Amino acid sequence: MADAPLHADPAAASRDRGGPLQPLLIVRGLTKHFPIRSGLMGRRTGVVQAVDDLSFDVMKGEVLGVVGESGCGKSTMARLLMQILKADRHELIFDGDPLGHTGITTAELRRQMQMVFQDSHASLNPRMTIADCIGFARRMRGEPRNMVAAKVDDLLERVGLTPAQYRHRYPHELSGGQRQRVNIARALALEPRLLILDEAVSALDKSIEAQILNLLNSLKAELKLTYVFISHDLNVVEYISDRMMVMYLGRIVEIGPVDQVYGDPKHPYTRALLASKPSHDPRKRTLVPPITGDPPNPINPPSGCRFRTRCEFAEGVCGQMAPTLKPLDNGDHSVACLMQQPGSGHSRAPI
Amino acid sequence: MLQFLIRRVIQVMPILVGISLITFALIHMMPRNIVDSMVPPGSPPSLRAEIAQIDGLDKPLWEQYLLWLHQVLHGNFGVSLVSGRPIGDALFSALLNSLQITFFAALVGFLLGILFGALAAVKKGRWQDSLFSLFFIAGISVPPFWFAILLVAIFAFDLNWVPAQGMGPEGWPLHWEQWRHMILPIATLSLIPMGVVGRIVRAATLEALSQEFVTALVAKGMRMDVIREHVVRNTAPQVLAVMGLQFGYLISGSILVDLVFNWPGTGKLLNQAILSGDIPVIQAAVLLLSVIFVLVNLGVDTAQAIIDPRMRR
Amino acid sequence: MTAMGISALIVMLAIAAPYVTDGQPYSGNALERLKPIGTHGHLLGTDELGRDMWTRLVYGARLSLISGAAPVLIALAIGGSLGVIAGYAGGRVNALIMRTMDIFYAFPAVLLAIAACAVLGPGLLSTIAALSIVFTPSIVRITETATTRIRGMDYIEAARCSGATDFRIILHQVLPNVQAPVLVYASSLAGLSIILAAGLSFLGLGMSPPNPEWGQMLNSLRQSIYVQPWVAALPGLMIFVTSVCFNVISDGLRVAMDVQDG
Repeated sequence: MADAPLHADPAAASRDRGGPLQPLLIVRGLTKHFPIRSGLMGRRTGVVQAVDDLSFDVMKGEVLGVVGESGCGKSTMARLLMQILKADRHELIFDGDPLGHTGITTAELRRQMQMVFQDSHASLNPRMTIADCIGFARRMRGEPRNMVAAKVDDLLERVGLTPAQYRHRYPHELSGGQRQRVNIARALALEPRLLILDEAVSALDKSIEAQILNLLNSLKAELKLTYVFISHDLNVVEYISDRMMVMYLGRIVEIGPVDQVYGDPKHPYTRALLASKPSHDPRKRTLVPPITGDPPNPINPPSGCRFRTRCEFAEGVCGQMAPTLKPLDNGDHSVACLMQQPGSGHSRAPI
Repeated sequence: MLQFLIRRVIQVMPILVGISLITFALIHMMPRNIVDSMVPPGSPPSLRAEIAQIDGLDKPLWEQYLLWLHQVLHGNFGVSLVSGRPIGDALFSALLNSLQITFFAALVGFLLGILFGALAAVKKGRWQDSLFSLFFIAGISVPPFWFAILLVAIFAFDLNWVPAQGMGPEGWPLHWEQWRHMILPIATLSLIPMGVVGRIVRAATLEALSQEFVTALVAKGMRMDVIREHVVRNTAPQVLAVMGLQFGYLISGSILVDLVFNWPGTGKLLNQAILSGDIPVIQAAVLLLSVIFVLVNLGVDTAQAIIDPRMRR
Repeated sequence: MTAMGISALIVMLAIAAPYVTDGQPYSGNALERLKPIGTHGHLLGTDELGRDMWTRLVYGARLSLISGAAPVLIALAIGGSLGVIAGYAGGRVNALIMRTMDIFYAFPAVLLAIAACAVLGPGLLSTIAALSIVFTPSIVRITETATTRIRGMDYIEAARCSGATDFRIILHQVLPNVQAPVLVYASSLAGLSIILAAGLSFLGLGMSPPNPEWGQMLNSLRQSIYVQPWVAALPGLMIFVTSVCFNVISDGLRVAMDVQDG
């Protein structure tokens, strides 16, 4: 954010190229369709539109929360951003540098951007010590052993693990929370500026989850980090995020500042999602299920608006044209719903 | 189920083509040129060319392959270089002789293996387990040709209980004299399947017995035969797969044992062909045995899918 | 432990062959043919050409151990590499490698060895080459299965995020996690390899006389089994004992490395 505290890390400050107003990451038209092959010859019988034409910005120093049901493409998006999966089509601009031969290379992008995985167990190599896991990226970049060891100790310290005690342990000797701390340390090893946290706290107990969230918050302040925080837990996203993005079947349906999206959700799906959020107040029980049924099959998504099959306001026009993400009056808050687009033909659209 | 079968059969096709290609290539990889082995040494080049032309050996390789494949598919395996007789007849009668002992050896080996394996699993950690496990290790470690020699020395020569060589008089159904000739080969050949099947039965049974649903059955006081049925259902697919492989190995693996007992099976045929450099016979035998091996495995896959629906992927 | 001890003893004897024997495995005395076990000067008797059995058995251990171990090691190197590549790369590369292996896998092992040996001609090298061809496909399968199982794991993706090259990811992250089942399986092939190598020699396709190799010795002593059964049985006994030891060690390895099956 613009009024961030004084630069705790001068190195990070010097790496800031475009200034505070330049988004750290600009994503345009991110698309990934997985072909479905079946039969004996492996003919292409369909595609899963896992991620379809996503465009959004990640501002410097912010936490962008990403929410949506299972299978809506959140994790695929994370892997596409990390270049682990190859996107069909995309344009990435990292701090003003486009990804590609004219700008930033994939290797350099990965230096600036790292990822923390959900399953703390599966994401640590069972045959490597904690220190080797964390130091792997630096060793692979040819740094001498003793320098890497010093860096690893520093990182362990930062994530709240005593180096002398944990350095030589193996992942299976650690608890879930400790392993997730190791995962965070590993992601920080290359001193990235952007962390993608893919359900990073979802598998943890509530008490541990709170500790890790606090750790993430303090690391963000210390190291001037930016997060893309993917989660299906609306309470957690509300707690940690500055802005949030709601996904449905591979598309963005709503994006905006957390207080606005939570306070005044514009998309029927966002409203249903928020209504399904368990309340801490037992008097405010959810009696009517706000959304029913499973999401439609992503192999053959509904035409037009993908949510229309579960939307109580759906009209004929919703099947004919796909709503695009349009900013509302105040500019920060955008929504992809025909009901919010003047002249769309929907009976509830503003005139 | 039908879809599974069709898919498996189609998957087998490229494998069969591959087998035929490799077998065909055998001839051309031999150290000695095939034409050389057909003509007497020192023959004039004109004779060589003539022979090559008669057998289509002057044509391009792919044409030779198609020609050969066409013949093979019509049951014509060519002519032995040594005897000058068609290979097909000799091969099929040898195969029948081999199947005769292979079948019984498999039967004995599988039954003993299942029995001992199940006993070892039930008595896990006791002396029976150790004894049978030792049996199994010995079974898979014994060189069959050596064991065959020992059996002949002891039972045929020292004790003179059974004949040492050959298969005795012809005829069907089998009578006592034929059985006497079959005892030693069957004993030798059943050792390996006994060991392999015993080990897998033991391991699979132990695994099945340790599963939670079996514990639940025991806790519910189910009778032993109900539990046995569950164990059998859960171990059968694995055991079947191993048995299929073993049966396939037996058909071809009897080569050394054939040699010791002078049993007129595929092994003896193959051995004679190797010694005399009779390449077409080697080629035909390798092709036929491999195809049988593939078909046996196809049959096992199908049987597995019938027992365990999860296999019908 | 016993198995380890016996194997170690056999290996040590094979290495120290010139020092524990008279060092002349090829020369025999025609007057001292087929002496029984315990003969003065020939502790284990003599063979059909009057050569000292002890000397020949110890020298035979050299050839037999090499023809048992080398194919497994070669198959491990080739099959392991192909399997890891197939598993890690997936897709078309995987299909190409695995379908090719299916064809070789479809040949019964003994038959494949015999065919390969018939093509390559007799000798130590062709025995090793033939058995390597026999063992490679199954090692590819085991390795491919193990690699495919871990390829989608998050830690492999995390390693790719780190920017390491595929080669280094395979070396540092994949291999340590697939080695256990593959090594256990390979060790179980060693016993089989010794038997098959001896079998090839027994058929006259492997080592040729007068080389002291257990399978070959068994073959040339075959007719003498009625004269001196115990002497004639010795080479086979050596094959048997070595093979049992290797299999017992392999089983121990399986337990120690906690490998389930395969």
